[in-house]
Amino acid sequence: MRGRIDEEGKSVGKFLAAIGVLVLALAGCAGQSSTSSGGTASGDTIKVGILHSLSGTMAISEVTVKNAELLAIEEINAAGGVLGKKIQPIVEDGASDWPTFAEKATKLIAQDHVATVFGGWTSASRKAMLPVFEKRKALLWYPVQYEGLESSPYIFYTGATTNQQIVPGLDYLKEQGKKKLFLVGSDYVFPRTANKIIKAYAAANGMEILGEEYTPLGHTEYSTLVNKIVEAKPDAVFNTLNGDSNVAFFKQLKSTGITAAQMPVMSVSVAEEEVTGIGVDNIAGQLVAWNYYQTTETPENQKFVAAFKAKYGAAKVTSDPMEAGYNAVYLWAEAVKKAGTAEVEAVKKAAGGIALARPEGLVTIDGENQHMYKTARIGVIQPDGQIKEVWNSGKPIKPDPYLKTYSWAGGLV
Amino acid sequence: MEGLVNQLPIGLSIGAVLLLIALGLTFTFGQMGVINMAHGEFIMAGAYTAYLLQDQPGGFLGSLVVAFVVAGLMGLILERLAIRHFYGRPLDTLLLTWGVSLVLQQAARDLFGAPNVQVASPSWLRGSLGILPYNRLFIMALAALSVVAIWLYLNRGAQGRRMRAVMQNRQLAAVMGINTGRVDQRTFFIGSGLAGIAGVALTLIGPVGPTLGTYYIVDAFLVVVAGGLGQLRGAVLAAVALGLLNSYAEFWTNASLAKVIVFAAIIGFLQYRPQGLFVLRSRALT
Amino acid sequence: MRGALAGRAIFVGVAVLALVVMPLLLEPFRLGLLAKYLCYAIVALGIGLAWGQGGMLTLGQGVFFGLGGYAMGMYLKLNDAGGDLPDFMVWSGVDRLPALWEPFRNPIFAIAAVLVVPAAVAVALGILVFRQRVRGAYFAILTQALAAAMVILLVGQQGLTGGTNGLTNFFDFFGHDVAAEETQRGLYIVVAVVLGVLYLAAWQLVRSRFGRLLLAVRDGEDRVRFLGYNPATVKTITFAISAAMAGIAGALFVPVVGIISPALLGVVPSLELVVAVAVGGRYTLAGAVLGAVVMGYAKTYFSEELPAAWLYLQGALFILVISLAPKGIVGLLRRRGHEFA
Repeated sequence: MRGRIDEEGKSVGKFLAAIGVLVLALAGCAGQSSTSSGGTASGDTIKVGILHSLSGTMAISEVTVKNAELLAIEEINAAGGVLGKKIQPIVEDGASDWPTFAEKATKLIAQDHVATVFGGWTSASRKAMLPVFEKRKALLWYPVQYEGLESSPYIFYTGATTNQQIVPGLDYLKEQGKKKLFLVGSDYVFPRTANKIIKAYAAANGMEILGEEYTPLGHTEYSTLVNKIVEAKPDAVFNTLNGDSNVAFFKQLKSTGITAAQMPVMSVSVAEEEVTGIGVDNIAGQLVAWNYYQTTETPENQKFVAAFKAKYGAAKVTSDPMEAGYNAVYLWAEAVKKAGTAEVEAVKKAAGGIALARPEGLVTIDGENQHMYKTARIGVIQPDGQIKEVWNSGKPIKPDPYLKTYSWAGGLV
Repeated sequence: MEGLVNQLPIGLSIGAVLLLIALGLTFTFGQMGVINMAHGEFIMAGAYTAYLLQDQPGGFLGSLVVAFVVAGLMGLILERLAIRHFYGRPLDTLLLTWGVSLVLQQAARDLFGAPNVQVASPSWLRGSLGILPYNRLFIMALAALSVVAIWLYLNRGAQGRRMRAVMQNRQLAAVMGINTGRVDQRTFFIGSGLAGIAGVALTLIGPVGPTLGTYYIVDAFLVVVAGGLGQLRGAVLAAVALGLLNSYAEFWTNASLAKVIVFAAIIGFLQYRPQGLFVLRSRALT
Repeated sequence: MRGALAGRAIFVGVAVLALVVMPLLLEPFRLGLLAKYLCYAIVALGIGLAWGQGGMLTLGQGVFFGLGGYAMGMYLKLNDAGGDLPDFMVWSGVDRLPALWEPFRNPIFAIAAVLVVPAAVAVALGILVFRQRVRGAYFAILTQALAAAMVILLVGQQGLTGGTNGLTNFFDFFGHDVAAEETQRGLYIVVAVVLGVLYLAAWQLVRSRFGRLLLAVRDGEDRVRFLGYNPATVKTITFAISAAMAGIAGALFVPVVGIISPALLGVVPSLELVVAVAVGGRYTLAGAVLGAVVMGYAKTYFSEELPAAWLYLQGALFILVISLAPKGIVGLLRRRGHEFA
């Protein structure tokens, strides 16, 4: 005992020094940040914020979107920038933590004075940022499909809303004669809202919902759930699980011997990048619903995939949220060009009606609700991990976040 | 009805998973009073071992052995470098090992990347017997085998006898000439090694990524608390009971509520048995 | 005596720094961050009391923080909604205000709940656990599991609690626009004053007869029992006080940061606060407060500059502090200085 205390004594000096350095660093940080603020979008650059989780559980997904957005900025800058100015990204980490998203959004707006922010992934992070953007009258571009029922005047939604993903997914299942569905989702707002919509759709279309189950985020034990599904004997499963839970779910479903041919699973949160972690063996043949796949055949997509692989490595895949993030930068730049300024209200006004050929096809901004016209695409996961399109909506679908144009959805909102 | 019957083997298989992840802890926590928050990361190390070795000749079974050694060595290093300075200060070790667990998670992220990696299950584990897939049966067999091996080790050899002696009364064992430091090292090696084996098994049913350990660590501790410190039979019974409870609670309610029910049951149970199912009888005043 | 004087001088110095210098020096965004750290410092103060003084390592302090935060959040949400349903209930498909929410229309009830609910939960848990002489590591694990269970419960009741999103998008805070700069400045002062008052109260408590009994329980629970005291009561009361502090912190956190969500009260944030207390110095209340502020700053700094390094740094700092400086920063400073707490 004694010896240890003495030992402790010797190292204390060093430790104290270390703490001292830390404190100095902190002081330096405070000083530095207060001086760096106040600089507006000066001279030859326009500052934009990029706010995704670079650490924590969501980093897996969000880092890829960040990369796609940075690629778009690089491309635009290489082509001369916007209004003769280069775009200068300021990257912040949301750390998979909703209050941190709100905090960093405030920092980007109040301290860095960015012209706009590209960011967020989870609904919770968007809901946490929304009041910041609305109260400070700043602009957010949100790149992920989501549960709808929202239309903030200060957010542009470049991912699908429900009528561009969930509803086409259901149309496809109905077309395939799947009448009995089992709903599986992670326990948060997107799956719950999605399932509410699915139930309303089913009621109006003569489909039957045999079960509706939620598991906590990060849940990995699915044997009981699989047993419930086996017992209910549905024609298909509609899966809104998120993240790592998909790995456990598909592994455990597959190992009980249920095949995609007998009982397909339609997923809306499984894209190209998740397939590797799940294991192609466990998920090949299953269905997914998105607006974009790496295999989507457009000239813009060939360019996008090639550029992405050139910048980040040939083994990297592209996916729907990445493409939506990539698009967001181009759409914003187009709106700035049209407005002749990066000022928020002018950009908002100019954005409506902008139509660009993007990797997923033609994307048009709906000026009314600030969502995009997007083409829905149903795909089947192939043994090589890529997704093959088996159906699409033919033309871009008008975004309808509140499902006002669907008679069966009357009681939802 | 069929579903209800099916829940029984499912419950047992959940119990087997719980047992595998908690088995090592009953020793490190039970014998040495060390709350090793990095136990989950040793499980992760086992899982990544399976990932790295999946194309090697020894295959899946070989990786069980290698994972035992890899995780065991990690545990040994942790014990030598840090934990041994903190015996008798369980709360400090808890915080210390949490720091270690953070570092290991980030290290895994840097080494293997943040996304989950793919570990293909061996072909002989594909298929199922009724509701129970072969891989679940394999996990149950593995858990049973581990328990038997540990029982034999503890009860049929000089090393095991020493280990039990230290577990029951450290000072007295030391006075009797047992090198308690060496016994501690061995205990830590075996306890951590078991985590490695659990990690390999978990690749069959769950995700393999840097945060793998965090999904299992709280459950593992609850098993040990309910079973009683250092009690092999306590851990087995607690794991099976919690597995069954979980299975039926989820069957009748849902996954979220089942977790809450299990927690409430443990708190309730501790009212009757504050020291867990089985207690090491001792006159020591702690 | 000289020590006590020096302690007072330091307290006054820190108070002047916090109440006068900081609001003048820092721009609004940074001041808001400091207010957040001070909220955490209030939780840390409670942890310092329960763990440093009472030996109860509570890894579930986030639960109480959350209870306080939700109580405040519910009131603010109802206040903003006027007579209508809060926004998240509308999109969760709830058509009537749940009975649980009804009394939170009343601000006095809500503020009372901020204190009473966490304390009551702590008392209930304390009675169940301490009476059975469950302690040390067992207690730590149980509180950790409580935090995990609480998160699952909150997330699962989306219509009632807002699910993972939590409660957010507040407008009005007792007649002030919550986003306005003056409100935020005012809130900072409120948080700082509350922290100061609670600190003094905790200090008095530690110096009192009860505080000595608490120390005795920490160092030799059975001996205290043999002397005729009931350690379970002492521990339960202390645990309840620390829970109420966390509740107050949660309630202040809501208007300062503008959100309360299950992620804020899970296992990891609860542990992070314990770490902060260990870094600052668990055996003194000042250490707990200092640790929370330092770690809060460090987290912000590293997540702005080197996000990937934060986990390494946090882990390493932790390992270093526990192994080299178990008494934390305060312990190191004290080697040459006076005792000031």
